[in-house]
Amino acid sequence: MEKEMYEVRFHGRGGQGAVTAATILADAAFREGKDVQAFPIFGVERRGAPVAAFMRMDTKPIDLKTQIYEPDSIVVLDPTLLDVIDVTKGLKEGGKIIINSSKKASEFKFGKAKVYTIDATKIAVKHGLGTKTNPIVNTAILGAYSKAVGNVSIEAIEEAIGEKVPRKKEENKKAAREAYEETRGE
Amino acid sequence: MKLTIPEEELMYEGTVDCQGCGAGLAMRYALKALGKKTFVVIPACCWSIIAGPFPTSALQVPLYHTAFETAAVVSSGIKAALDIKGIDATVMAWAGDGGTFDIGIQALSGVAERNEDIIYVCYDNEAYMNTGIQRSSATPYKAWTTTTPRNYPKARPKKDIDEILVAHDIPYVATASVAYPEDFIRKLQKAKKIKGTKFIHVLAPCPTGWRSLPQHTIKLARLAVQTNIFPLYEVENGKYKINIKPKNPKPVEEYLKLQGRFRHLTEENIKEIQEATNKKWKKLLRKEEFF
Amino acid sequence: MVKKVIEGNHAVSYGIRDARAEVIAAYPITPQTHIVELLSEFCASGELKAKFIKVESEHSAMAACVGASAAGARASTATSSQGLALMHEMLHWASNARHPIVMANVNRAMGPPWNIWTDQNDSIAQRDTGWLQFYCSTNQEVYDTTLMAFKICENDKVLLPGMLVLDAFVLSHTSEVVDMPLQEEIDEFLPPYNAKYKLDLDDPRSFGGLMFPDWYYELKYKQQTSMEEALKVIEKVGKEFGDRFGRYYGLVEEYRIEEAEIILVVSATIAQTSKEAVDILRKEGMKIGLVRIRTFRPFPKEKIRKIASKIDKMIVLDRNISIGSEGAFFTETKACLYNEKDRPEIYGVIIGLGGRDVTVEDIMKIAKKGKEGKFKINEINWWGVKL
Repeated sequence: MEKEMYEVRFHGRGGQGAVTAATILADAAFREGKDVQAFPIFGVERRGAPVAAFMRMDTKPIDLKTQIYEPDSIVVLDPTLLDVIDVTKGLKEGGKIIINSSKKASEFKFGKAKVYTIDATKIAVKHGLGTKTNPIVNTAILGAYSKAVGNVSIEAIEEAIGEKVPRKKEENKKAAREAYEETRGE
Repeated sequence: MKLTIPEEELMYEGTVDCQGCGAGLAMRYALKALGKKTFVVIPACCWSIIAGPFPTSALQVPLYHTAFETAAVVSSGIKAALDIKGIDATVMAWAGDGGTFDIGIQALSGVAERNEDIIYVCYDNEAYMNTGIQRSSATPYKAWTTTTPRNYPKARPKKDIDEILVAHDIPYVATASVAYPEDFIRKLQKAKKIKGTKFIHVLAPCPTGWRSLPQHTIKLARLAVQTNIFPLYEVENGKYKINIKPKNPKPVEEYLKLQGRFRHLTEENIKEIQEATNKKWKKLLRKEEFF
Repeated sequence: MVKKVIEGNHAVSYGIRDARAEVIAAYPITPQTHIVELLSEFCASGELKAKFIKVESEHSAMAACVGASAAGARASTATSSQGLALMHEMLHWASNARHPIVMANVNRAMGPPWNIWTDQNDSIAQRDTGWLQFYCSTNQEVYDTTLMAFKICENDKVLLPGMLVLDAFVLSHTSEVVDMPLQEEIDEFLPPYNAKYKLDLDDPRSFGGLMFPDWYYELKYKQQTSMEEALKVIEKVGKEFGDRFGRYYGLVEEYRIEEAEIILVVSATIAQTSKEAVDILRKEGMKIGLVRIRTFRPFPKEKIRKIASKIDKMIVLDRNISIGSEGAFFTETKACLYNEKDRPEIYGVIIGLGGRDVTVEDIMKIAKKGKEGKFKINEINWWGVKL
């Protein structure tokens, strides 16, 4: 069974915008001609509690309506989650992990997974998105995703931000772009 | 330093309420006040979730989860069973404002009219918080909620549920606030000794829905009283007693400005709210004088 | 037309907006809340010129819609699970009173225990109330069905209320691409509601008063025959929709049934996942196809009979169970085939209750087990039960 479908899982805490990140990415991929799906982990969310969100994209129409068990890449909005849950569960071999962190990618060991880091918190605060204790990093981290994975362009992400983000559209676009420029792998 | 409230904990740590949740605190106090021989009934509300999913329970007393509109009447059913079996215990309905002011009001009115022997506590966070901050009739005038957007905020005043219960001629109606735990606990302990329907309305700020800082929950619960927006009073057998009479009431603005759900208020709106608050307070003072 | 990536709930909101509903009365319940919130915004901004009554319970929500429809307005609401159950009395009322109200129900398991995930027991439990029921499998279908439902229900020969049903979370909170025609095109397809009978100062009549046994029976006859007419109206409207907007809908959806020996009978999002399984199994050489039942009420008996006449085996999947009996789609499928000369072997499988995920693997295993004739005939087949 050939698979052109690409699946991403996002990890964050309630209130940080992980679900919005999945939806923006879906919107961006749609703008580039893909069929898409995005959904949150179907649970009761409380502010501060770990949440997950998912998106799928495919060049063919997507019929599948199931949960995502083996994502192709993982995006972590809040590094404190690394101590709490196994963010890499089900990650395909050779998969990519993008983490919001000021540390270098080489400081993280996740088996064979390729790690990318970006200080999305710093970028978000710089552009006035949230506060240092509660930064809104979801748009910045999408910029990092775009650079790390390469299957959704930063331009499409900027457009999707314009559609899906209610306030501070320009600041969010800039944060995504800056993160895109700065993201580095191992 | 001596503790002025009961020490025993009847609620486990590690509940999943949001940071700064007033409702979590209120339950902790309530169980301290009522003690071990208490049955708790919880309809659909935030506490349905805070109480913990299968196979856990946050409370160290028996708990029955029930349908949204039924808290009062299911409680009366439990109490009837306990009575017929000769078991001496308190039954407490623990409902949010949605399950009390709106969908639950029919059952509550029925129970109150029949003067069934239960304690009904409404923890009021002023909107349907569990389903995502939609307006209830407890939502204050001009507040933002997801069904009262900022260009069309809540157009009607907060329903006066306390007066509705007073009109049912029940032995005890009281308001409370999580910033005044001793007062809240005293009221619950008084209620426990009374036979008949006892209604306690406790203000429980919600940082998530009020768009306030988690660390401001107690401050807000105190300011609500100090501004006369949420007076603390009791009505025992029809006789009014106001528990706290602020000598110099704080201006409502001090309370409102700490909450994002009021951030769109104009000077005109704030003036309106101040006048309405003053008027209501005067009315309450008159009631205390005449009843 | 406009293409947006939106969640199922919002597809309902846009549908109700574009259908120009006039009165909306709704009460929030997870996982329907986003429908109501977006509609609130549309009403507040003036995008939708409708009255929004923020009622205090679901029973009142339906009662308010009944009143509005009685006065000739296009009325709409949305709910789920416990809320739908609370509406039950008024669902009977809406249908018996012949009010073409359109409602979205997000399929959610009934409590206790509290469970906010998807299963069909809430809507299935209402199958006797005289409402049309449309089970949707994609957000596009949710949007399209919302528009079509008004036209179908308001048709003079139908005049019955209808509910479109979407799976909790799998559709309600999942964002997909939805194509929405322009308002002018929709207005041509769906003109304003012109009530045949309504409360009218110029023609004052009484509605719904006491009726003795000598005429009540005839009203029920008319209600049922209207449901039977609806079978034709649904197909007619579905064709017109396709001619105008490019997407055709009928009573059922047939997928790769050509030369099939075994057919899966499915509904809602399980059907979508099953299509993937069918593709894989076909590649492996199995002659398998799928029928997605779109309208459960009226039940598409003739369509099922036609398909059944050409195949050996049918496996009916139910994401619901009538406690004390069996799955509802299973019962109704068997019933409409009972008197046929050539009947396939039919197996019933219960799956996915309470939101348990149904995977491609599950469907493939079910298909293979069915092909080998290994399902129990006179006992319930519980797929994935842990006890």
